[in-house]
Amino acid sequence: MNFDDTPQEAAFRAEAKAWISANAPKQYEEELRKSSLGRTVLKGANILEVAKAWQKKKADAGWACLHWPKEYGGRGSSPIERVIWQQEEGPFGKLSGMFIIGHGMCGPTMMAFAGEEQKRKYLPPLASGEKVWCQLFSEPAGGSDVAGLRTRAEKKGDDWIINGQKIWTSGAHYSDYGILLTRTDPNVAKHKGLTMFFLDMKSPGVEVQPIKQASGQSDFNEVYFTDVKIPDSQRLGAVNDGWNVSLTTLMNERMSIGAGVSTGFPELFDFCNSLMLEDGPAIEDRSVRSRLANYAVKASGLRYTSMRAISALSKGERPGPENSIGKLVAGSMVQEVAMYALDLQGAAGVLSGPEDAEVAGKFQAMLLRAPGTRVEGGTDEIMRNIIAERVLGLPGDIRVDKDVPFNKIPTKGRA
Amino acid sequence: MNFDFSDEQKQMRDEARKFLAEKCPPKAVREVLDGKAPYDKALWQGLAGMGFLGVAIPEAFGGAGAGHLELCVIAEEMGRANAPVPFSSTVYLAAEALLLAGSDAQKQKWLPKIASGEAIGTLALFEGKGNPSPRAIKLQASGGTLNGVKKPVPDGAIADFAVVAARTGSTGRDSDISLFLVDLKAGGVEAKSLTNVDPTRGQAELTFKNAKAEPLGAAGDGWSILTQVLDRAAVLLAFEQVGGSDRALEMGRDYALDRIAFGRPIGSFQAVKHILADMYVSATLARSNCYYGAWALSTNASELPEAAAAARISATQAFQHCSKNNIQVHGGMGFTWEFDCHMYYRRANTTALTLGSLSYWEDQLIDRMRKKNAA
Ligand SMILES: Cc1cc2nc3c(=O)[nH]c(=O)nc-3n(C[C@H](O)[C@H](O)[C@H](O)COP(=O)(O)OP(=O)(O)OC[C@H]3O[C@@H](n4cnc5c(N)ncnc54)[C@H](O)[C@@H]3O)c2cc1C
Repeated sequence: MNFDDTPQEAAFRAEAKAWISANAPKQYEEELRKSSLGRTVLKGANILEVAKAWQKKKADAGWACLHWPKEYGGRGSSPIERVIWQQEEGPFGKLSGMFIIGHGMCGPTMMAFAGEEQKRKYLPPLASGEKVWCQLFSEPAGGSDVAGLRTRAEKKGDDWIINGQKIWTSGAHYSDYGILLTRTDPNVAKHKGLTMFFLDMKSPGVEVQPIKQASGQSDFNEVYFTDVKIPDSQRLGAVNDGWNVSLTTLMNERMSIGAGVSTGFPELFDFCNSLMLEDGPAIEDRSVRSRLANYAVKASGLRYTSMRAISALSKGERPGPENSIGKLVAGSMVQEVAMYALDLQGAAGVLSGPEDAEVAGKFQAMLLRAPGTRVEGGTDEIMRNIIAERVLGLPGDIRVDKDVPFNKIPTKGRA
Repeated sequence: MNFDFSDEQKQMRDEARKFLAEKCPPKAVREVLDGKAPYDKALWQGLAGMGFLGVAIPEAFGGAGAGHLELCVIAEEMGRANAPVPFSSTVYLAAEALLLAGSDAQKQKWLPKIASGEAIGTLALFEGKGNPSPRAIKLQASGGTLNGVKKPVPDGAIADFAVVAARTGSTGRDSDISLFLVDLKAGGVEAKSLTNVDPTRGQAELTFKNAKAEPLGAAGDGWSILTQVLDRAAVLLAFEQVGGSDRALEMGRDYALDRIAFGRPIGSFQAVKHILADMYVSATLARSNCYYGAWALSTNASELPEAAAAARISATQAFQHCSKNNIQVHGGMGFTWEFDCHMYYRRANTTALTLGSLSYWEDQLIDRMRKKNAA
């Protein structure tokens, strides 16, 4: 067991540190440091542009998507180098938020299923942030039950014609491409009639409508497809094998979401250090300390769990279902942390204006964003099912629709 | 960076697991639980024979000289087997105190006996209610003798010697406390077994009446040595707790696969699956915190105080969580004496208190994090 860098790791760290220090957009460092889940604002700047510029600069110097092969815009780095980079990138890493879906899910899926020429064409601009990608899976009728989706793809000559609707698609309003899961055969059981594609979001017939979220922000969208044409060459995997393709995506999704999700603990610890209660600093209060300690060990437990996963990865093991715990634990923790930070503020906890609220309303923003964290990328309940079934080997849920042709499955409850 | 045990260490874990599965089945634990013996002597000798008692004791003092990572691996297996032997008091508390503060002669006298299974040791710290604190120590040392009462002392009734925390000053500072070594068989100490929640881990009251004692470490250093001993023991005991958590999870999982209700294995009900998934989560977080503790312990890193507190809290929570929910998953069977669930439940809830309670360690953790932050 060893935490020290090997000589190669140390050399890599030094190189990364020097480059970041010379190139990062330092003028935003303070604001990025202060930002938290639900609130990243750069005064007087368009965050999208700042993020894209930083990503491009990294890519040009060979620091983007470090673990991807060089020919696809990466650096061919080891998982540990990737961690070292993240440690050194610090608050500037928060600028990568808008690329997470592309880099974490779409990229790996393309890498596994696209043709060689396509990979060389599409992956480097994805790595460099010049092109943004989104993931078009969920539908009104298929969220947790992804395979329940209804968007149709019908073969016409060398093309496929798409009709239907997606929902909750993060970043679709600024995305250039997307990976799209469709139904190609409604006459077979739901998992057996799906096919995956990638497409240009500017294709005729694609209409993106931002949804206002419960938090008040608009990060996700409804996407409508009306006779959208996709060439067969943009199919990923075999016809009707889309379920297997999507499992690759979702496994990578858990790995990248689980590793990156914030717990809110560092923010809460700092807050309790600075907040003055009637009898003195909050952190000197017994009950506050007890709560803090409980959150502290969850946060450190997650941190070291992901280090164990990285150690396993670097020995050549694959990311397994046990990585579901990152999102499961951090998701509800960030929500509890936000509630507790508001509780400590008493009546004034309701105020969210940056001038009136403690730490500029950071926890209020976190509170409002947190419910989405427990849903996106698989709900808490789905994560627990995955752990119970795939890690502990318990029986799968009884699936009454398993052997029923898709077009015979009931579509409404309480009939 | 490599955040895992080495292949050799894992091999040692397998070896210990195999040995304990054979020599320490639940039936053997029950002999002690039912009061037929104060501890499992045959197992104790077997552990000595395997070299497990002296794993972290240097070869010069009769041990295997392997190190603390190896001891962590063994500790996990001791917890998994719920072994009814004075391992933690002898190996984590007494031996660690000697290693940290003992003179060469003291080490030479006791460590080889620990490694060979000839001597059982313990730490006499508490004097009734409360958590570790210099103020709570009233037992008086003067002129090389001790007078006062310690309780509860883990394995105190079967121990051959004890490291005793005593008061040697009255300035009101931590430096009033010094440590002493007492040969419990030499007279002057009366031991009385106390009834306790987990009979597989005996507790005693030790009454010192002009008992002969020799200083362990410099006068006035007692509290600072104790803090270090407690931190080290916290990591090691946390590994026992993780072993116990894993075993409780495994028992629950196996039962959920076997037991049929409403025509299905109960493990197919989501409510039951989710209980087990949450047990897995708490055991995994604890294990990861423990690995960090193991690293800090084995390298004597400056992070040890914080890492030890985190491992201790996390593992205490996990073991309590897993052992209580293991009973829940077992239903009525889980609440019978005949099923083993309660043995882990007892052990989880007594281990939670042996080095100071959860709230004590919570307080310690935040203190230590603040210090680090301020530094
Ligand atoms: C902020 C945000 C961003 C998102 N971004 C994207 C994106 O970019 N692309 C994309 O494709 N999707 C995206 N999603 C959609 C997301 O993946 C789904 O919302 C999620 O999988 C849940 O599906 P649902 O909304 O249909 O809820 P439902 O599946 O209807 O769930 C409702 C409730 O039922 C429970 N439930 C459902 N099935 C089970 C079961 N088998 N066992 C136990 N409980 C169950 C759920 O846990 C939940 O509590 C996003 C969602 C959010 C909130």
